[in-house]
Amino acid sequence: MSDVSVATVERSIDTSQMKVSQTEVAVEIIGMNKWYADFHVLRDINLKVMKGERIVIAGPSGSGKSTLIRCINRLEEHQQGQIIVNGTELTSDLRRVDEVRREVGMVFQHFNLFPHLTIMQNLTLAPIWVRGIPKAEAEATAMKYLERVRIPEQASKFPGQLSGGQQQRVAIARSLCMNPQIMLFDEPTSALDPEMVKEVLEVMISLAEEGMTMLCVTHEMGFARQVANRVIFMDQGQIIEQNEPEAFFSNPQHERTKLFLSQILH
Amino acid sequence: MTDMAFVRSEIAPAKPAPVRTSGLVVWARKNLFASVGDTVLTLLAVLFLIWVIPPLLNFLVFRAVPPGGTVEQCRVENVGACWAYIASEIEFFIYGFYPMAEYWRPNTVFALFALLLVPLLWPRVPFKLANALLFFIPFPIIAVILLAGGTFGLRYVPTEQWGGLLVTLIISVVGICCALPLGILLALGRQSKLPIVKTLCICFIELVRSVPLITVLFMASIMLPLFMPQGTTVDKLVRALVGVTLFSSAYMAEVVRGGMQAVGRGQYEAAAALGLGYWRRMGFIILPQALKHVIPGIVGTFISLFKDTSLVYIVGMKDLLEAVKTKNDAIEWAAPTQAVTGYIFAAAVFWAFCFSISRYSRYWENRLNTGHKR
Repeated sequence: MSDVSVATVERSIDTSQMKVSQTEVAVEIIGMNKWYADFHVLRDINLKVMKGERIVIAGPSGSGKSTLIRCINRLEEHQQGQIIVNGTELTSDLRRVDEVRREVGMVFQHFNLFPHLTIMQNLTLAPIWVRGIPKAEAEATAMKYLERVRIPEQASKFPGQLSGGQQQRVAIARSLCMNPQIMLFDEPTSALDPEMVKEVLEVMISLAEEGMTMLCVTHEMGFARQVANRVIFMDQGQIIEQNEPEAFFSNPQHERTKLFLSQILH
Repeated sequence: MTDMAFVRSEIAPAKPAPVRTSGLVVWARKNLFASVGDTVLTLLAVLFLIWVIPPLLNFLVFRAVPPGGTVEQCRVENVGACWAYIASEIEFFIYGFYPMAEYWRPNTVFALFALLLVPLLWPRVPFKLANALLFFIPFPIIAVILLAGGTFGLRYVPTEQWGGLLVTLIISVVGICCALPLGILLALGRQSKLPIVKTLCICFIELVRSVPLITVLFMASIMLPLFMPQGTTVDKLVRALVGVTLFSSAYMAEVVRGGMQAVGRGQYEAAAALGLGYWRRMGFIILPQALKHVIPGIVGTFISLFKDTSLVYIVGMKDLLEAVKTKNDAIEWAAPTQAVTGYIFAAAVFWAFCFSISRYSRYWENRLNTGHKR
């Protein structure tokens, strides 16, 4: 767990837009179980995410946290229970899957930009072909988001010409171009050089400030403290503990959580 | 200040190198005579060339009968290659039994082919889409109308009369143009999650790859009519085309599958997470990367397809090699080196085409490599 960091972005968070809805549910997971062949990776997961929530999922490696968020856009299939995203239940019906994927953005640990396309093409491909947006409009939107992640000058370059931090910011912009309702982050800073973690966290914080519903698997405990409204701790495929960040860090209840926190926070 | 500390006070000037690091002598010493072993190998290679090249030159050039020579010149003792024979029969080698009065028709097709293909292969020429559409839709239709005739007042020329390089090129171009898309579809099918599609593709690929092309051609020519309704016949050339295309597509499928496996799982996932459907994921994200990885394999399949066209003599087509073989027995040019010259000519033609394909693919590999890397 050498990539655990407690770096914080030194600025005060503007919380005026960060409102958690009391009635609208973004993601609801009910009694969900998943197996890899005979291995029970996710056990009895129950999770209700309201619109506008910012959830950080923490836990040791192999605890199933990535698998959990990958189930939310069905990159992984669950075998038991229900997952309802934006009111659509995920089943083997491919149309529903695509419907959910259109509304759920995902940022990967290894960026997964398309290396044979320019940054601009990376950003406009899905809006043009999935949403049917005209090319000029899609490019204008893409430029807007590139400016937001502060790299508009890289639009015509290829991903291989960018630094890791820049690539991850492009990946975030690529998801935002689809105008998603929910963003999933799967260890977005784990593959970055230490110097570049901050620029990516900064973008994620500004997203949170705009009220985006976010589920982040991350080891950035500083980010969790500053931005999350709920921290979920997982171990061995189960949700062990969840709480508000302040209480979670200062007063963990479960033995496993205490051990985990004692090892990552010095 | 301790002894460890050091600060440079003046910049060291650049000096000329003490020994020469360039030039012919240096190059030769480094590459040809670096050690005793190298020197021995170099000398052996030079001796080999001295042994091989002069007789070869004598045969091909100095003692050869140039085009325009007579058969008597080719019959003298110790004669070299009989190029006069090639020159006098060149039309048969190119057109086979195609009626002489109608040579303008294949010639027009050749010209159109070159006119459409060269700009298509040359990246800097604009209008690629229109160019490709012209090449793949109207051109084949025009080519069939021109070559076969029977309409627009053109005399009907049955495919039995087509031959030589014309047939070799038709089979290989059609084979190449059809085998790649078919191979891609088979590769996608083999990776598919649909069990029936997947099983069918695996069965086809494994079945075709495990029999020789000759068997496929035999089957196409003998078994295909059995499946057709009574009374319908399938043209010999079409049978050969189908056989060669299906055979190559099975190999192509495996090459493409290799390329798809080289594309990281993250690419599939990122494309899926954006909501792109299956065909768009494959068409925009996976295949462009996969095909780039396996250009050498694809071109290798093209080249073997080109050479395998010489097997269509099995179903009675007179391709270039078969045309040469036929004329090698011609009494009017009977001479000691007639057959050898014929085969050298056929080999040279095959080599010229295959080498061009190979060089062109190298060009593309280099181009794509510099495209999006630092």
